[in-house]
Amino acid sequence: MSESASANAPKPSSSVKLVLLGEAAVGKSSLVLRFVNNDFQENKEPTIGAAFLTQKCSLPTRTIKFEIWDTAGQERFASLAPMYYRNAQAALVVYDVTKPSSLTKAKHWVAELQRQASPGIVIALVGNKLDLTNDGGEASEVAAETDGADSAAQEEQGTGEEDEAQDAVSGDARKVSTREATSYSEEEGLLFFETSAKTGTNVVEVFTAIANAIPESSLKTGRGTGAGTGQTSLGARSTEDSRVNLGDRNAATAKEGCAC
Amino acid sequence: MDEIAPEYDVVVLGTGLTECVLSGVLSVKGNKVLHIDRNDHYGGEAASVNIEALFKKYGNVQPGEEPWKKYGRVNDWNIDLVPKLLMSNGELTNILVSTDVTRYLEFKQIAGSYVQQGKGPKATVAKVPSDAGEALRSSLMGMFEKRRAKKFLEWVGEFKEDDSASHQGLNIHNCTMKEVYDKFSLEDNTRDFIGHSMALYPSDGYINQPGAAVETINRIRLYVNSMARYGKSPYIYPLYGLGELPQGFARLSAIYGGTYMLNTDIDEVLYENGKVSGIKATMKDREDQSDAMKFETKTKKIIADPSYFPSKSKVTGYLLKAICILNHPIDKTDSSDSLQLIIPQSQVGRKHDIYIAMVSSAHNVCPKGYYIAIVSTIAENDANPHLELEAGFERLGKIEEKFMGPPIPLYEPTDNGEESNIFISKSYDSTSHFETTTDDVRDLYRRATGEELKVEGLREDQQLAAE
Repeated sequence: MSESASANAPKPSSSVKLVLLGEAAVGKSSLVLRFVNNDFQENKEPTIGAAFLTQKCSLPTRTIKFEIWDTAGQERFASLAPMYYRNAQAALVVYDVTKPSSLTKAKHWVAELQRQASPGIVIALVGNKLDLTNDGGEASEVAAETDGADSAAQEEQGTGEEDEAQDAVSGDARKVSTREATSYSEEEGLLFFETSAKTGTNVVEVFTAIANAIPESSLKTGRGTGAGTGQTSLGARSTEDSRVNLGDRNAATAKEGCAC
Repeated sequence: MDEIAPEYDVVVLGTGLTECVLSGVLSVKGNKVLHIDRNDHYGGEAASVNIEALFKKYGNVQPGEEPWKKYGRVNDWNIDLVPKLLMSNGELTNILVSTDVTRYLEFKQIAGSYVQQGKGPKATVAKVPSDAGEALRSSLMGMFEKRRAKKFLEWVGEFKEDDSASHQGLNIHNCTMKEVYDKFSLEDNTRDFIGHSMALYPSDGYINQPGAAVETINRIRLYVNSMARYGKSPYIYPLYGLGELPQGFARLSAIYGGTYMLNTDIDEVLYENGKVSGIKATMKDREDQSDAMKFETKTKKIIADPSYFPSKSKVTGYLLKAICILNHPIDKTDSSDSLQLIIPQSQVGRKHDIYIAMVSSAHNVCPKGYYIAIVSTIAENDANPHLELEAGFERLGKIEEKFMGPPIPLYEPTDNGEESNIFISKSYDSTSHFETTTDDVRDLYRRATGEELKVEGLREDQQLAAE
């Protein structure tokens, strides 16, 4: 389990804006809810309609606080605003392993990210609904090599050759082979995982791998992404570079959608 | 294509700021909203564009040339089409905070607020005093006048509309602002900068208008309180340009179930018994024109910017505007990276003020070393619009590029929409801030729903419309 339940260690903490992309009904929101809820069980459900969900991911040397942006349906008619990609440091592009057209759509989103988003963005391609395939329970090895890779360049993302063994399609619901998605991910320099939001397979691993792949430098120089919740130090008066935090007026209600 | 409902409560046309705020608020309130723009981007007239798009929009391009190339990466530029700033304590700020749209945006102060006195080579530029104390140190006034101005500003600070003891013996609800100025024996120059650079009236029409004193006082207080909030100027500005504002409210609307369709033409508006009943529209495909999707849906109401209903809109005036790229800050402004500078009409023999709004790389709207200044005013005659803005250009000094189209018509609706249930917004006017835009939002909301818009606590007690 990669999340820390309490902030007891004085590790440096950085906010990372992560955007979700993918065709409708591939399980984008489910993946996030699975990831966020693990740290959220005893508490109430996260508010739907929140600006974004947040979740911490604790690494050996630092803590990454993901600000996870949902598309809010604006992708349906190709109407996502540039603001959505703005300053995103990571993107989760999701397809459904039982639906080939969703991988085509995912490739479209990857191209869009490469065109619109910040040059250093870490992109993870995620084939979801692994529980509908015969590989359901054993897929964690897909990501075995990436796990724990620290600040690895995104090009060298591990999708080991042994995965090819899984490609045998044997009457299950799988329609996209691991091999096809792997080779595409290697070409484009993407992280790649197959997951099941339903069973939880590989979900935490995706986020941990993303956290590891974000270059340390971008965390130090960048001030995270954050409008709002990421910034705590801003007072009512001006700060040095005269950024202002309008949110301080309703600081009392600022917990919405925050899982931490 | 999937997921266009057979019926919506409201169809909103145009993704300018006014329309996006309304779309967001209506969605939060549980209305089923379909929001359409004919353009392939958000913002309409309130968009921010990159420098290539700006060159192309204003036609400053010879065939075969690519003049934007010398200005670095085109996407490092986010150039506003509307010269406006947010008042720190203004209503738009209030709406942004109440709706949590602040979470998608980051704001920075505008570094200074300036006013010009005199004209030509003798013109001076000074900081607008923000309170009684600054009035005492201001170079805008002589020694005795400073004391009078201080007394006036102290009075404005203590003024209470419903406490006649604070009215200085004036019949405050009926008197003119001239009578108030007279009471404090303020000189013409002082009246000028108070009325134009603090109350932000674009002309002198307010001075002799009976009953306008209270509004003037409230405007000065808004200025002073906005100034007091962050310190450098009364204005704040979103990083990456004003075009982020409509996008932020569009996201709010989408989170609460609003459906967005860009690049979509309205083919026909359908009526039943004189009231709007639906629309026919075509969503164009970006790559393949033959792949357009036609659809029809019902709606009870339409909210639209004037460009969607020319026959329901009338022209009330013309705005002159020039977008200027500089590679230096403006002289006599302490090298501020951003500012508003007002040239009051009386100082340069006009009837309407000339405004300069400048932002720079400090706001992520252009590469380092550049400044974007927009000079604007209301057109007063049919003569050369360039001449009308001349005093502003003088202030800027050397200009690298100047983008100036024909005078821009300002529209407002011909009727209140009651008969047709089609509610039209106003154009973005010549004022330097968004206070009139939010007035229009409130007015449209009242017309369209029959209720007053209350934004306080808007999100606390609402449920998501549909998920």
